[in-house]
Amino acid sequence: MSSRIIISTEINGEPAEFLSDERDSLLEALRDRLGLMGTKEGCNNGNCGACAVLLDGRLVNACLVMAAEVEGSQVTTVEGLAEQDRLIPVQETFLERGALQCGICTPGFLVAAHALLQEHPRPTEEQVRYWLAGNLCRCTGYDKIITAVLDAAERADAPSG
Amino acid sequence: MVAPAKKPYRVVGSRPVRPDGTDKVTGRANYGADIRLPGMLYGRVLRSPHAHARIVRIDAAKALALPGVKAVITQADFPAAEDAITDLGETASNLKWLVDNVLASDRALYHGHAVAALAATDPHVAEDALALIEVEYEELPPVLSVHEAMAEGAPRVHPNMHTVEMLARFSPGPRSEHDIPNAASHLRLEIGDLDQGFAEAEVVIEREYETGTAHQGYIEPHNGTALWNESGELTVWLSTQGPFMMRDQLARVLKLPVSKIRVIPMEIGGGFGGKIPVYMEPMAAVLSKKTGRPVKMIMQRDEVLFGTGPTSATYVRVKLGAKRDGTLTAAEAYLAYEAGAYPGSPVGAGGMCMFSPYSVPNQRADCYDVIVNKPKVSAYRAPGAPAGSFAMESTLDELAEQLDIDPLELRQRNAAVDGTRRIDGAAFQSIGNEAVMRAAAESPHWNSELQGENRGRGIAMGYWGNGGLESSAYATVNRDGTVGLVLGSVDIGGQRAALAMQIAETLGIDYEQVKPIVVDTDSIGFTAVTGGSRTTFATGWAVHEAGLEIRRELEARAARIWEVDASLVHYDDDGVIRGPEDRSFTFREIAGQLHRTGGTVQGKADVMPEGTGPAFACHIVDVEVDPDTAKVEVLRYTAIQDVGTAIHPDYVEGQIQGGAVQGIGMALTEEYVYDDQGRLRNASLLDYRMPTTLDVPQIDTILVEEPNPGHPYGVRGVGEVPIVPPLAAVANAIHQATGVRTRRLPASPRVLLEELLPEE
Repeated sequence: MSSRIIISTEINGEPAEFLSDERDSLLEALRDRLGLMGTKEGCNNGNCGACAVLLDGRLVNACLVMAAEVEGSQVTTVEGLAEQDRLIPVQETFLERGALQCGICTPGFLVAAHALLQEHPRPTEEQVRYWLAGNLCRCTGYDKIITAVLDAAERADAPSG
Repeated sequence: MVAPAKKPYRVVGSRPVRPDGTDKVTGRANYGADIRLPGMLYGRVLRSPHAHARIVRIDAAKALALPGVKAVITQADFPAAEDAITDLGETASNLKWLVDNVLASDRALYHGHAVAALAATDPHVAEDALALIEVEYEELPPVLSVHEAMAEGAPRVHPNMHTVEMLARFSPGPRSEHDIPNAASHLRLEIGDLDQGFAEAEVVIEREYETGTAHQGYIEPHNGTALWNESGELTVWLSTQGPFMMRDQLARVLKLPVSKIRVIPMEIGGGFGGKIPVYMEPMAAVLSKKTGRPVKMIMQRDEVLFGTGPTSATYVRVKLGAKRDGTLTAAEAYLAYEAGAYPGSPVGAGGMCMFSPYSVPNQRADCYDVIVNKPKVSAYRAPGAPAGSFAMESTLDELAEQLDIDPLELRQRNAAVDGTRRIDGAAFQSIGNEAVMRAAAESPHWNSELQGENRGRGIAMGYWGNGGLESSAYATVNRDGTVGLVLGSVDIGGQRAALAMQIAETLGIDYEQVKPIVVDTDSIGFTAVTGGSRTTFATGWAVHEAGLEIRRELEARAARIWEVDASLVHYDDDGVIRGPEDRSFTFREIAGQLHRTGGTVQGKADVMPEGTGPAFACHIVDVEVDPDTAKVEVLRYTAIQDVGTAIHPDYVEGQIQGGAVQGIGMALTEEYVYDDQGRLRNASLLDYRMPTTLDVPQIDTILVEEPNPGHPYGVRGVGEVPIVPPLAAVANAIHQATGVRTRRLPASPRVLLEELLPEE
């Protein structure tokens, strides 16, 4: 039997303290302990990217991180992407470009795309494909996802009005 | 029959944002695995490590002794199942087999076959407890391919099963006079006189092909949460393509009246045909009954791969006869598809579809459904069609080469047109086959030059019949001028949008005025699965009819308000109701008066439309084959398809792009790998290799719109046919690049390299 541990962290900008099983992955902790269901489980072994989150700004698969490891860290999930009442550009372009069908991989793609755009605000198609290669989508064939990310880069670039 | 002219629609053909979009980009949408109920237990399944074994003993005492474990079940906890046929929509299945597939009875018939299940207070405890269930197996020899299975004297997986002659694709007939081991059924499709057709031929070509087992690969694992309450009412929350189909299967497996079962469909993370059968849902129900608590079950990814239905591995032999000018005189096929452990492969569809893009007067297909010790197959996008088409379209390519005719030209010379008879005898009406071929011939891709070494271009056609079936919908006019649209079809890729657009068109209102919602099985009439390329077509019919009822009701209401005869009032397509003396109401105006003039207005429809429009597609692909590693890179891809009317072109293109990429996966990388004992060796998404962003280019689409006269807006199903052409298109491109004919897919580097390397 395993024991429970208390973990103090910051999730989507808010301090969070929670009780976790020492065997919990970050994915399990987010979903089963904290009820943050936006982060999805597709494979639970790092192959599909549906559970992508940012850990201290770095793109990781939450299923490959132990919950205990995030003590004192900052975690950003899909729920933390939108700003107040406004979607960020890549969320908007996913909708406008029809870049999701079933939507289960979408949170992971959005987090990965967000990480990419932080690092490379004007990526090439090749860069987008490279950064999203860890995320599997079975519905779209990726075409509209790639377009949506490239569009988002342009939109973020444009002077806001 | 409606005769839709291609007319300027107001809403149809535009590309609005989907109603469920914001929830799906913010992580708020609730999928099946997102359910949490008070007191909920977590269920897990113990699976057979053997491909074929007698289950001698199951002892759960140690598992039950672990603190937190609340119940363990085996098949003995289900009501005894008699043999009966239960309709699963795209395939048929015997109830006994259905129950045995959910939980094994006395034998495990494939690696991963469920043998027991348990529920515990915590997911980690549930996992620990699995290892404490003791199962004693007596291993039996497995049969692992159609060749092994059908060989004389082969061990029979179901000792009492005999080959049945099918009268038609879904009509089993009498026992066959030619009983073949493990062949559950034989179907012969035939038109014309085959012998005469081959006698007329100046060239005859016969080839053999095989494809591996491929999985649908939806990213969301199967899930189900059940609560069986003290009054004997069962509620199940899950991700399914067909809530009513799930309800009916649960009713049969659990011997409950359907009125005792409420199935609540959550958002669904992909299905492609694979989320129609029951798997863990009955286990969750029985575990809930035993414990008096809700039980949630989610498959691990390896369980999805070895415990749910992939599509068949296949063997297909094709023989074609043609004149020197390329005119086909005869086409013959022998198809043997793996069914897995229980009957029900889509082999009939393979035989039905492979020759259908062509006018061939003399055709025959012999289709065998073959039992092997592998997971029972399930529907997968155009079930059965890709493998048959791979065989036909590869052989056609070779014929074109022999006759020195351009491969597209050969297809155009033989194209099926209106009036052409298919292999089942039916004649085509209003098909876009020739238009698709013409669009391919005129496409920028086909007219571009392919330069560079080790590169080749391939082309292939595909056909799929599309589905109709039952759909229900109703719509309520709200006083603010919006319409609540209530649907029984789950939304797997934009259906809310495509259906809201159709009723908006019917009512002459804006898309944004329609608020669609997907409801549970207690809240609407029976609606068949979201699958079979049927939803935008059949549920589209339903929402259109619901819209027409609203139009009639609003005309009557306007007449009453104006105190004129109803025959003088007309609801026009622009959404304005006009009466005598220039009187008129906009939709919003009359909606605002309804509650003061007799109450709200609803329209409803329950339909089962005929008139599905068949789908044709042509795919063109350029590849480059690395001569040292045999890795195939897809350089450029164009998919041309007759889509009837594209209601929401983005989602139509998305269906085509997604289907094409799944087909590319079948062609190049995706395959179940078994050892000689029938154990699946690649049950992960690392080793079962689906295409990533780096494996495919952008997929160009060309939408041909040949409206289907059997639908008010000309819709024909679009979702399935795009997975049909890629296999042969890629194989034909590899041939042009390397000179090698790949007759076994996937053309993985290991397989292709053997062909490429000079023999020593």
